[in-house]
Amino acid sequence: MKVGEELAPLEIAVTRTLIVAGAVASRDYQDVHHDAGLAQQKGSPDIFMNILTTNGLVGRYVTDHFGPSAVLRKVAIRLGAPNYPGDTMVLSGTITALDDAGTAEVTVVGANGLGRHVTGTVTVSVPEGSA
Amino acid sequence: MTDTADQLYGRLKAYEGRASATAGVGKDLVNEPMIRHWCEAMGDGNPAYGGPGAIAPPTMLQAWTMGGLSGHTDRSGAYDELFGLLDGAGYTSVVATDCEQEYLRPLRPGDRITFDAVIEAVSERKTTKLGTGYFITTRMDVRAAGEPAGTHRFRILKYAPAGGKGGQRGVGVGRGLRQGGRSLRPRPVINRDNAGFWQGVAEHRLLIQRCRECETLRFPWLPGCNACGCQEWDTVEASGEGTVFSHVVMHHPPFPAFSASDEAGPYAVALIELAEGVRMVSNVVGVPCDKVRTGMSVKLEFLRTDHELELPVFRGSEG
Repeated sequence: MKVGEELAPLEIAVTRTLIVAGAVASRDYQDVHHDAGLAQQKGSPDIFMNILTTNGLVGRYVTDHFGPSAVLRKVAIRLGAPNYPGDTMVLSGTITALDDAGTAEVTVVGANGLGRHVTGTVTVSVPEGSA
Repeated sequence: MTDTADQLYGRLKAYEGRASATAGVGKDLVNEPMIRHWCEAMGDGNPAYGGPGAIAPPTMLQAWTMGGLSGHTDRSGAYDELFGLLDGAGYTSVVATDCEQEYLRPLRPGDRITFDAVIEAVSERKTTKLGTGYFITTRMDVRAAGEPAGTHRFRILKYAPAGGKGGQRGVGVGRGLRQGGRSLRPRPVINRDNAGFWQGVAEHRLLIQRCRECETLRFPWLPGCNACGCQEWDTVEASGEGTVFSHVVMHHPPFPAFSASDEAGPYAVALIELAEGVRMVSNVVGVPCDKVRTGMSVKLEFLRTDHELELPVFRGSEG
């Protein structure tokens, strides 16, 4: 593990099922995340992924890389282009800082067909020898 | 975008620092089924989230605080009022833009989640690709079994969809706050740095801050002294005597709320030099706006502009 190291990209198929399952698993019943008709009435072309699902996917991406002993300390994300059904989001990440205690800062970008869906920074503690 | 005509902003800003949820309680204890459903949705196979000693995925932090289909029962009046103001002004749509979470302690099945949240910031009116609106940032402190477990800062954009109707209501010429057919002045933005000033106004005292270290007077109210940087201060009450240091007459755009009558006529805005030496922007009353002159003696009085707003103004005398 060193600064500048890139994480292997992770491709996420943005299916209607993922959007709805993520919204329900995060207890988010805003209609724009499950009802295409109502989403369209609000000016969106279709339903779109909620921020809690994006947050969960970013967390998963980082812990998948560093393994089950890694501990998430901070996840800070900003959303841009929405994740609509049928798109693909590719998560990529780079280790941007590392301290002696094994805490790494990883910048994460999730790009879809429209642009950057998410940009963020994840702080994760990685016990020695596990990554 | 700064817009002096954005009267709504002043009203929204007043909600900063107010609680958006107090003593909230998660509807479910942290539990294995919800963790499993989350992991299934996210495709997250991390073994730390299952089996004996399982923890919840840290990114579930907000999920435990959600109202679900039955909605929130712990939101404060302030949060509903803020949303009501925005809805009423045509900013009816919501989109989440930022989420910043810090995790202090793992959540385990059986933990009871409690939380408090505060409206941390309201932005000025911004125009985005989605439409025009205001960013609202809330910060939630989450506890598990009574111990601090994490913080969750969340930003949404409350907006009027681009190309849609609304979003400009309550904004602009002659269409600001109204009550009983009369235009109202914008509400002052009261925060911890200037609350003492407005407390003084409520008591009909014009208070000037004084540095405890170097005794320099300052106005408007600021957290620290511009002369020495000291943050300790007390106040002195202005005698109310002053002179017009400079002035302008506001003709356009017309704001009926600032005129003596509800006609949108011109009005004088003056920089008043108080006898104590500091200057403040105010209105000169009692003299036609075109008769206000630099050097004119003025005297403080308090003007009740509507049922909930009083302002310090200065009465001039011709000749």
